Amino acid sequence: MSTTAPKTRSPRRRLGDLVFSGTTSGAALIILLALAGVAIFLTAKGVPALKATGDDLSGAKNIVSYTAPLVFGTLWAALLALLIATPLSIGVALAVSHYAPRRIATVLGYLIDLLAAVPSVVYGLWGSLFLAPRLVPSYSWLGDHAHWLPLFSDNSSATGRTIFTAAIVLAIMVLPIITAISREIFAQTPRLNEEAALALGATRWEMVRLSVFPYARSGIVSAVMLGLGRAMGETMAVAMVLSASGVVTFDLNSSTNPSTIAANIALKFADATGLRVNALIFTGLVLFVITFVVNFIARAIVSRADRRLAA
Amino acid sequence: MAKSIDVSDLNIYYGDFLAVEGVNMTIPARSVTALIGPSGCGKSTFLRSLNRMHEVIPGARVEGKVVVDGQSMYDPAVDPVEVRRQIGMVFQRPNPFPTMSIRDNVLAGLRLNNKKLKKADADDVVERSLQGANLWNEVKDRLGKPGMGLSGGQQQRLCIARAIAVQPQVLLMDEPCSALDPISTSAVEDLIHELKTDYTIVIVTHNMQQAARVSEDTAFFNLAGAGKPGRLVEMNPTKKIFSVPDQEATEAYISGRFG
Ligand SMILES: Nc1ncnc2c1ncn2[C@@H]1O[C@H](COP(=O)(O)OP(=O)(O)O)[C@@H](O)[C@H]1O
Ligand SMILES: [Mg+2]
Repeated sequence: MSTTAPKTRSPRRRLGDLVFSGTTSGAALIILLALAGVAIFLTAKGVPALKATGDDLSGAKNIVSYTAPLVFGTLWAALLALLIATPLSIGVALAVSHYAPRRIATVLGYLIDLLAAVPSVVYGLWGSLFLAPRLVPSYSWLGDHAHWLPLFSDNSSATGRTIFTAAIVLAIMVLPIITAISREIFAQTPRLNEEAALALGATRWEMVRLSVFPYARSGIVSAVMLGLGRAMGETMAVAMVLSASGVVTFDLNSSTNPSTIAANIALKFADATGLRVNALIFTGLVLFVITFVVNFIARAIVSRADRRLAA
Repeated sequence: MAKSIDVSDLNIYYGDFLAVEGVNMTIPARSVTALIGPSGCGKSTFLRSLNRMHEVIPGARVEGKVVVDGQSMYDPAVDPVEVRRQIGMVFQRPNPFPTMSIRDNVLAGLRLNNKKLKKADADDVVERSLQGANLWNEVKDRLGKPGMGLSGGQQQRLCIARAIAVQPQVLLMDEPCSALDPISTSAVEDLIHELKTDYTIVIVTHNMQQAARVSEDTAFFNLAGAGKPGRLVEMNPTKKIFSVPDQEATEAYISGRFG
């Protein structure tokens, strides 16, 4: 009996394997096709913009000088957002995983997750109507007293709708992603490694530095990169908050601000015709490529860190 | 620097669960004391209460006294971090810091105590500790390599080197050989023999031959019954425990007639 049983069962199992591997490779194929489709569409519709000039490009000489300031604004806003969000997220994640009493930690984790569920327009409204006006005094103080620093201009914004305000809003929007992933990884730190530090007489913070951070390093990088992707692609909130004029400047409090690719598309797409549409799609293609490159770099960093660990 | 430990009326809890009850024992200085007993009887729990590692588990707490050299470990004024710096611990599974080199692993505890360490002093500590852990000759040419690259037995000796680098008064070991092969086990046992001239050592082992080989005194823990807390049944010189124990339960356990 026992020798025949596997024989009668095996065809069914093979069918299961077949269905499963069929579904997974099918899903993988669909994702690849979708990505390829997007890339082909963006390229096909974007390439005509190479011929665009002046009128179709809001006065820019050619598509490169049209796109470059937008790329700058996209990267600058995302970088600022990450500078704010990363330490905050890691702090909150640590509080949830290692510091707060369990009940408070659960509530805190839940609240952070809730932030992720708020629609971008709500952040846009909050940023432009609530946050921006309240930042005006600080911006004008910085304009008066700190304009000799390269990050501040003496021409400070009267509305508060600067790139820095947009970055704050972006930071709050990427906080839940970075926090959720970091929290997950912090909580997975092997008990063994934590106790190694504690038994040596490490304080809780020293234990975090000795055991938790080294273990979580590559995970934090991935979390931040995911946040970066989100920050670069965020559209509505930036479009609503930022008062953009397409300049290239590092000033955080200025009345003239760079725009971002996504926000620029959102603001101009509805009224665009002809080559203007192609120009916008071209910038979309550039954003697509940047996102790819960022992810690629992130993976390279992570795998190098893992290799070093394994060596 | 070796100190004796006096334990009186120690009850150890996990939340409301009383895991170990009413332990009274004196652990002599510069000597090896073995803790034996069936699994789940609270040996690890008791060991971890000696350097206040027990309380790092949420809800875990202790009643009673542990006195090391006249100083009460559970006095409210005593900082548990300070206690752990003076009472080192080696775990069942080797746990070197995975991202650190061999050298940095040895220095980890010292760097917590004293941030600014001169390179020459650090070199001395690394060599002395690794010599002390019988590992120096095997790793002296690759101190900069990751500690995780060593074999299990070497990793465990690295953990011992890390623990003795801070010159603790007491060294606690929780089944330090249970994850090791026989050759590494004998290397660690030899090491324990050498270390007892400088340290007070408490070692948990499930291996009675090991207890007989390495220890001066042996404490036998047992469960009073299923669901009941673990208790200290008997503590005596190892020779006596393994020949003419006072308690019948001890006799039954060491002769394998357990149950
Ligand atoms: N982290 C923990 N939380 C709750 N109970 C625990 C924990 N660790 C151990 N115990 C319980 O405490 C008792 C003693 O366990 P332990 O000290 O590990 O025994 P031993 O080391 O002698 O095998 C057991 O009943 C065990 O289930
Ligand atoms: Mg145990």
